[in-house]
Amino acid sequence: MTRKRRRLYTLLLAMTGLGVATALVLAAFQDELVFFYSPTDIAANKPAPGRAIRLGGMVEAGSVQKLPDGVTLFRVTDGVAGRPGRTVAVTYRGALPDLFREGQGVVAEGRLSGDGNFDARTILAKHDERYMPPEIARSMRQADGEQQHATGTLAK
Amino acid sequence: MNLHRFANPARFLRIARVVAPVAGWIAFAALLAGAAFGLVLSPPDYQQSETVRIMYVHVPSAWLALQTYVAMAIAAAVALVWKHPLADLFVKAAAPVGAGFTLLCLVSGSFWGRPTWGAWWVWDARLTSMLVLFFLYVGYIALSGAFDDEERGRRAGTVLVLTGIVDVPIVKFSVEWWNTLHQPASVFRLGGPTIAAEMLWPLGLMVVGFTAFFVWIVCVRLETELLTRKLRARLENSPG
Repeated sequence: MTRKRRRLYTLLLAMTGLGVATALVLAAFQDELVFFYSPTDIAANKPAPGRAIRLGGMVEAGSVQKLPDGVTLFRVTDGVAGRPGRTVAVTYRGALPDLFREGQGVVAEGRLSGDGNFDARTILAKHDERYMPPEIARSMRQADGEQQHATGTLAK
Repeated sequence: MNLHRFANPARFLRIARVVAPVAGWIAFAALLAGAAFGLVLSPPDYQQSETVRIMYVHVPSAWLALQTYVAMAIAAAVALVWKHPLADLFVKAAAPVGAGFTLLCLVSGSFWGRPTWGAWWVWDARLTSMLVLFFLYVGYIALSGAFDDEERGRRAGTVLVLTGIVDVPIVKFSVEWWNTLHQPASVFRLGGPTIAAEMLWPLGLMVVGFTAFFVWIVCVRLETELLTRKLRARLENSPG
């Protein structure tokens, strides 16, 4: 075995070891690496009330209520079109980001209160991976009969 | 004894003198056209309106940040196993460029996050792994320059670059493996891109521009390094 060959095998062995070690570490910390919990996660894990967590999902269509004292009430759902999921009711006082909209993604930072309500301290808007001009969005909405269109190929 | 080491660099210099100006002009033209179409003439987004134009800088810099690192890791492996003299120099020449792309990606992303998400920065998996990539670049630059013996510095840097390659798939797949605030990929995904064609091709122009810029600047940096070495060798060998 030449020295080059030996160095090559050593490198391959080291890289394989490194890859396996990284995969194991990431798998072990799976739960800590998520940025937010979905309503289903919260229903399954029941985090202690008062513990700071992030709740993420879609702002349920028709659920946003703006009260006169600057408080916004809405529900976060992890259901997708045609498949209802769990929801969590959120209370938030303060200014909302521009992209906060019904049917769009949202991440709320705050705590669960005793009654299962979520008191949000911060609201972050989450947008999806689709980009298009307003005219295309409008015509797609018309074609879908005001329904949320399924993610598909826009560019040919 | 060292003569064979300059056989390839000499050939590289001949190629670089042709490639560098061509790449430079392609970069200039593509960035100019990409900026005109991306920043002015392309349509606004249906959700984000004009803010979406940050994409034309953010996305190419993110891709080039990752590609530069992959190229550096391949070169580092070649340098470690086959001791190719140009491979080491390539890693050294590309590192600050990659660090620049990563910084541009982080800063433009921050300016994009504030109006769309409502936060300059969040510690989600995508943003954090990209910050780690920046530290890897900066770490390589610091480590490879921290030894009196240049050869030892380069060897230590090579090992760091190779170790850090684990971060690249984490950056790429973080948005799929874990839920993040950052949205999933729009272009390289199963089922085709989810960007409208009139936004996708200015983005493509910018990517061509960024890539050509990378080729140009690395050629120039390598040329400079090789000529500096040649000059130093000649000065050391000259009598008196």
